[in-house]
Amino acid sequence: MNSVAFNRRNLLAAGGAVLATGVSGLLLPAWAQAVAPTASMSGGSNNYLKGAPVVNRIGKGGFWMSGTVRRAGDGAPLAGQRIQIWAHTTEGREEDERSHGATLTDKDGKFRLEMPQIVPIFGQPHGHLAYDSGEFKTVFLRPVMRSAKESSLEAHFVLQPA
Amino acid sequence: MRLARVVLIWVVLAAAIGVPIALAALSPQFSWRDPVYIVAGFAGIIALGLVLVQPLLIGGYLPGPSAYRARRAHHWIGGVLVVAVLVHVGGLWITSPPDMIDALTFTSPTPFSPFGVIAMWAIFAVAVLAAFRRRLGLRKFRLVHMPLAVVIVGGSVVHALLIEGTMETISKAALCVLVLAAAAKVITDVWMRQRKTRPVKSSPGGPL
Repeated sequence: MNSVAFNRRNLLAAGGAVLATGVSGLLLPAWAQAVAPTASMSGGSNNYLKGAPVVNRIGKGGFWMSGTVRRAGDGAPLAGQRIQIWAHTTEGREEDERSHGATLTDKDGKFRLEMPQIVPIFGQPHGHLAYDSGEFKTVFLRPVMRSAKESSLEAHFVLQPA
Repeated sequence: MRLARVVLIWVVLAAAIGVPIALAALSPQFSWRDPVYIVAGFAGIIALGLVLVQPLLIGGYLPGPSAYRARRAHHWIGGVLVVAVLVHVGGLWITSPPDMIDALTFTSPTPFSPFGVIAMWAIFAVAVLAAFRRRLGLRKFRLVHMPLAVVIVGGSVVHALLIEGTMETISKAALCVLVLAAAAKVITDVWMRQRKTRPVKSSPGGPL
């Protein structure tokens, strides 16, 4: 099950961790630290509405929100995970129900959802994404676009068991 | 003062404040904003314009009004500034309560928020102190007002520059430069005047 290759650095780190933490080091395998879980961003959950429906597209589209969902530790892609997306767009405000939608990750842990163009609100062009399905710990992200002219945005999740 | 110079000063001031407001009014962002959000945004832009007028009035740099009337105007505009900030914050609160709460509690992800919030509290503090300025004594009032004015000017300028909103970039930057210049000028002038009027003390070490 655990297919992490043990090189010298891993072995030294693992050994150090075991020495440093004693018994708990045996209970928490060192490889769990390899891919750290994503922390929620401040303001990420603003205007979140629980249970956005899975949709093919939010509104009329024209803008792409994409990203990946992986498991903390080994970084394995997580398929079939529901990611909720919302933003202030050309078609609605953040808190409007029609600005919210969800999509599922494919077998490679990738997701991609078409939505209306994001426009700046509260001084920054940004989107909101949430993983809130229960199997893993809830994560809220708030990525900011480098420019309001861009027509796509990415966000990546590394989830840890709830 | 020659008429041409008088006219020039007022035209430059009107343009410095009017052009950014006019260009902001042309922003395509408005098609995607509610009236409350639009009003809140303009209240912020107008407040920035008033922050330019304030040092010019109190420094007596604007030709026309007497020193007394300029000072009265400074007090009144200070009150208008408080109202503009309240409309700005209140309108943004209505637009998106969680984002405004984040800003006011200094937990916002946006880097410009704390600068705006600090400037807001400094504006409120000056307004409260101004109401008690006679009891406080004018010398003490000025001693407190000056550093708060520096906080207001610095906070407002950084706040405005970091925001990606309806203001056009160049006219916003120009207004901010003028705000900083006007504040720097009045502070230097007050400081120089105080140095001149204060009795000269001999240096503690004396001549070497």
